[in-house]
Amino acid sequence: MVAFILRRALLAIPTLIFISFISFVIIQLPPGDYVSAYAAELRRMGDYISPLQEAAMREQLGLNDPMLVQYWRWISAIVLRGDFGYSLDWNAPVSNLIWDRLGLTLMISSASLVITWLIAIPVGVYSATRQYSFLDYLFTVFGFLGKGVPDFLLALVLMWLSFSYLNLNVGGLFSPEFQNAPWTLAKVWDLATHLWIPLVVLATGGAAGLIRVMRANMLDELGKPYVETAYAQGLSEGKVVWGYPVRVALNPFISTVGWALPALFSGDIIVAVVLNLPTTGPLLLQALKMQDMYLAGSFILILSVFTVIGTLISDILLAWFDPRIRYA
Amino acid sequence: MPPERLLELDDVQVHFPLREGLVKAVNGVSYHVNKGEVLGIVGESGSGKSITARAIMRLLPKRAVAAGGSIRLRPRTGEEFELSALDRNSRAIRQVRGQHIGMVFQEPMTALSPVHTIGTQIMRTVQLHKGLNRADARARAIDLLAKVQMPRPSEMVDAYPHQLSGGMRQRAMIALAISCDPSLLIADEPTTALDVTTEAQILELLKQLQSEMGMAIIFITHNFGVIADIADRVSVMYLGRIVETATVDDIFYAPKHPYTKALLRSIPRLGVDQGRRLPTIPGMVPDPFSVPPGCAFNPRCTYARPGICDVTTPPAKHFGNQISRCHFAEKLAEEHAHV
Repeated sequence: MVAFILRRALLAIPTLIFISFISFVIIQLPPGDYVSAYAAELRRMGDYISPLQEAAMREQLGLNDPMLVQYWRWISAIVLRGDFGYSLDWNAPVSNLIWDRLGLTLMISSASLVITWLIAIPVGVYSATRQYSFLDYLFTVFGFLGKGVPDFLLALVLMWLSFSYLNLNVGGLFSPEFQNAPWTLAKVWDLATHLWIPLVVLATGGAAGLIRVMRANMLDELGKPYVETAYAQGLSEGKVVWGYPVRVALNPFISTVGWALPALFSGDIIVAVVLNLPTTGPLLLQALKMQDMYLAGSFILILSVFTVIGTLISDILLAWFDPRIRYA
Repeated sequence: MPPERLLELDDVQVHFPLREGLVKAVNGVSYHVNKGEVLGIVGESGSGKSITARAIMRLLPKRAVAAGGSIRLRPRTGEEFELSALDRNSRAIRQVRGQHIGMVFQEPMTALSPVHTIGTQIMRTVQLHKGLNRADARARAIDLLAKVQMPRPSEMVDAYPHQLSGGMRQRAMIALAISCDPSLLIADEPTTALDVTTEAQILELLKQLQSEMGMAIIFITHNFGVIADIADRVSVMYLGRIVETATVDDIFYAPKHPYTKALLRSIPRLGVDQGRRLPTIPGMVPDPFSVPPGCAFNPRCTYARPGICDVTTPPAKHFGNQISRCHFAEKLAEEHAHV
């Protein structure tokens, strides 16, 4: 097991190096660079810098150096000092922008992930063990509705309902009066009244799909002979179902749990924009729109790194969970 | 039930109500198993032999309806269970499963949980029925693996099924089935998926365990050779009914049902009838939606007489301990007397 983890972790290193290089190339791809964008920005505000000054700036920022040298400067700053560069659009260090929003993003995303699983797994197991029962059909209808209704539409409907019937302040995560207030019990309560809408929206969409996956996996497993063997040992239905087929049916979930990591980081962008959530998703969208290259590039890099780490975590979890992988 | 009885089935019916019609997969099966004896059940695929075993365990598929008959069990402990009255998930049947009746399945490749060690699977059963703690249960699991002649039992207890060969998995399966000293072991084609060498070893093991532990075995197979090797008595099934029951000698040397006779004739033998085609039973097994009226075997039977065999279901005729459900069982009995 230790050898397996070590091997996988070592394999991840070249992947990470390659990904960071690709990310850097991508942020260089759009026409123009930091200086031309800066000059355009100045011109828009009625100011002016000469081409000579521009050239001097390029020299000063090292933009004339070969790509590999620039890459090395960029990646070494990130690895050695955690410095992701500077955002033009926000006029602030990229790391500050991202870390500011990361806490809330992680909170909302992980809460919705946990809720999704808490709903999807028991409902999927129930639907499979009581196939074609009334509740199975009911869950199926809700599942397809949840999958079919776009998240942003559900968000809009919930916002409208809670605004016009419940008289709640909606959008964002805090009421205006708490926006910059220090943390108090009242502020936490205010957060709770805002938080339920994004959680409901994100969890319904995710759970609807996962219920179908879990149900299908379970139906496959329930028909297998080892389930009958477990019954023949005298175990009760609950112990058989949760102890044997669920264990096997969870494997596809576990092999994809790592992908939740980048998703946790980017959040659901559209829902976050509609609900005006101060998470990282809208920040990424804005950075891409404004060609804010260091911010966007850092996002791409972080997302890719999270994907690699997430896959590594999935592999390790799966090996821990399923002996057939561990010893293969 | 007489004192030597362990299990008695009386007129057991299992039906499958399907869209295409009602399938009577088990249509009035009666047999019994005495303490410590091996009953072989032979029949083609779809004859209802496995479904009858599932009816004993109350592990019928969800679509199946237990439509009638009684199944009674009196294990070593002396209490009597009316299995046919028990619900699929009732506490009483869960006491019987694994504890009084062990079951060995056909596919050793898939019949063990792929994500648990064989030790864990055995330990769960002994902890459930014997109330042992983890350490004792583990020691017992190792003992059981040694008993089924698993090599290096104290290491194999931590092995996963996919690390074992087919024969070793079937040994682990048997260890699981006998883990609580059951009075009855139901072996549902336990050697069908194995090669002949392994099959011989598993049969040898089952015979040895049976004499050591004094348990009874219901051995389900479609292989007469295996039956001859292991069974004391044999029941032959055809289309949901038992057509003949007799001691293994009577089945082989004095069959009193045309189906048994025809089956035996279709077994290749060394040194006999060389160079000639092996006789086969004419026709095909009818589909389960259109079972012929009267004796179900009559369209394929060389003894069948219209007006009798295709009209009335033959009654059970007793010849000592031999029971045959054929209108002409006496005629078959005479034929043997002349041979």
